Amino acid sequence: MRTLDEKKISELVARLCIQANRQLPEDVIRALEAAERAEPWPSAQQSLSLLRENLDAARQRCLPICQDTGFTCVFARLGQDLHILGNFYEAIQEGVRQGYQRGFLRKSVVSDPLRRINTDDNTPAAVHVELVPGDQLHITVLPKGFGSENMSRLAMLKPADGLEGVRRFVLETVRAAGANPCPPIVVGLGIGGTFDQVAALAKQALLLPLDQSNPDPFYAALEAELLREINQLGIGPQGFGGQITALGLRILTLPTHVAGLPVAVNISCHVCRRASGIL
Amino acid sequence: MEYRLHTPLAQQEILRLRAGDRVLLTGTVYTARDAAHQRLIACLDQGAPLPFPLSDSVIYYAGPTPEAPDQVIGSAGPTTSGRMDSYTPRLLEQGLRVMIGKGDRSPAVRESIRRWGAVYLAAPGGAGALLAACVENVRLICWEDLGCEAIRELQVRDMPLLVAIDSEGQDLYTEGPAAYLSHRDEK
Repeated sequence: MRTLDEKKISELVARLCIQANRQLPEDVIRALEAAERAEPWPSAQQSLSLLRENLDAARQRCLPICQDTGFTCVFARLGQDLHILGNFYEAIQEGVRQGYQRGFLRKSVVSDPLRRINTDDNTPAAVHVELVPGDQLHITVLPKGFGSENMSRLAMLKPADGLEGVRRFVLETVRAAGANPCPPIVVGLGIGGTFDQVAALAKQALLLPLDQSNPDPFYAALEAELLREINQLGIGPQGFGGQITALGLRILTLPTHVAGLPVAVNISCHVCRRASGIL
Repeated sequence: MEYRLHTPLAQQEILRLRAGDRVLLTGTVYTARDAAHQRLIACLDQGAPLPFPLSDSVIYYAGPTPEAPDQVIGSAGPTTSGRMDSYTPRLLEQGLRVMIGKGDRSPAVRESIRRWGAVYLAAPGGAGALLAACVENVRLICWEDLGCEAIRELQVRDMPLLVAIDSEGQDLYTEGPAAYLSHRDEK
């Protein structure tokens, strides 16, 4: 059986925290470039070119792309044949601690939702673990900014609401969010499962590449249709008007109960950060 | 219109700004966000002195990332202003006239801006690395225990801003999208 020392996990998580905060994934960069070419409204195009300049500034000056370096969400796919020497969960938290310290990232986590004392090291991270075949460990770090997290919503629709109900809920959520989540946004849409599962689905949908679509043609068409409709709302980059309100929309689904139709919309700003590594 | 402005801003300078105007701001701004606002209001409630004078000051809703040893400041973009809406009318009443942030404001804040002849400026959201380049000096003013939410005095040069809500209550967050949509639908 393959073994893996906890220190290796911490090192990888630390590196991914820094990388994710300084450099966008290629598919998101391409989506921003395409948005700048497609945007017909001059002031909106100016806003988009500023975002490109910001990405250059972050790279050149080794700065985080955004000062909200997020609540750290860690997605681990753990091979069931891998034996970890040490404490798996603590190794991830230690990696976050080191990454946020070493990378001069902002510590944005409070230890209690009402008493609000900053933990000063950005822990605890939210850790999602999936047990998979094999003996490898895949880790993805998604630092989630809260300007957009705050604009995310969940609804337990009725089965009778159907596709139209989902469509309406997505558009209402994006319209209500307006300028607050730093458009152009990326939309993670979860449909189905249970109350808790649908929220996790929406977040996981933000991990999907923007230049691919759902393998099921029905949902691929829905992704394209909802994105088109969002980009007709007129909110535009920074919320000052324009065509490009969203860079992409991805859908994940799960089987659900005969009585329900859970829907969750998790919004990301244009700084749709994620970085992955394998041990 | 485009204006190069220096702090402190004269009342006349504020009053002539119109929603949609571009501003390059140079001078002193104070960072204050959620927790700092709560404490500012507590100071007012208790009649305690404020850590900086509200009159003639500019508040920037921001919590920068820590600076590396060779940097003045880390990434330093605006946070969502709407979370400060419940505190803002009180601060305007006490003399605050200029706020910098991102995202729209409540009707009460818009009305309060109009009433006091103030202005709300928008900095580009999610462009903290670019905005860091406008910051020439940083000084911690108070409430270090709040970490990134402490009040800091920033010296900025040519900070690129847009007038989002002007002293007449005109609002770029409603007028901008409306202008785009009417232009699109005319075609």
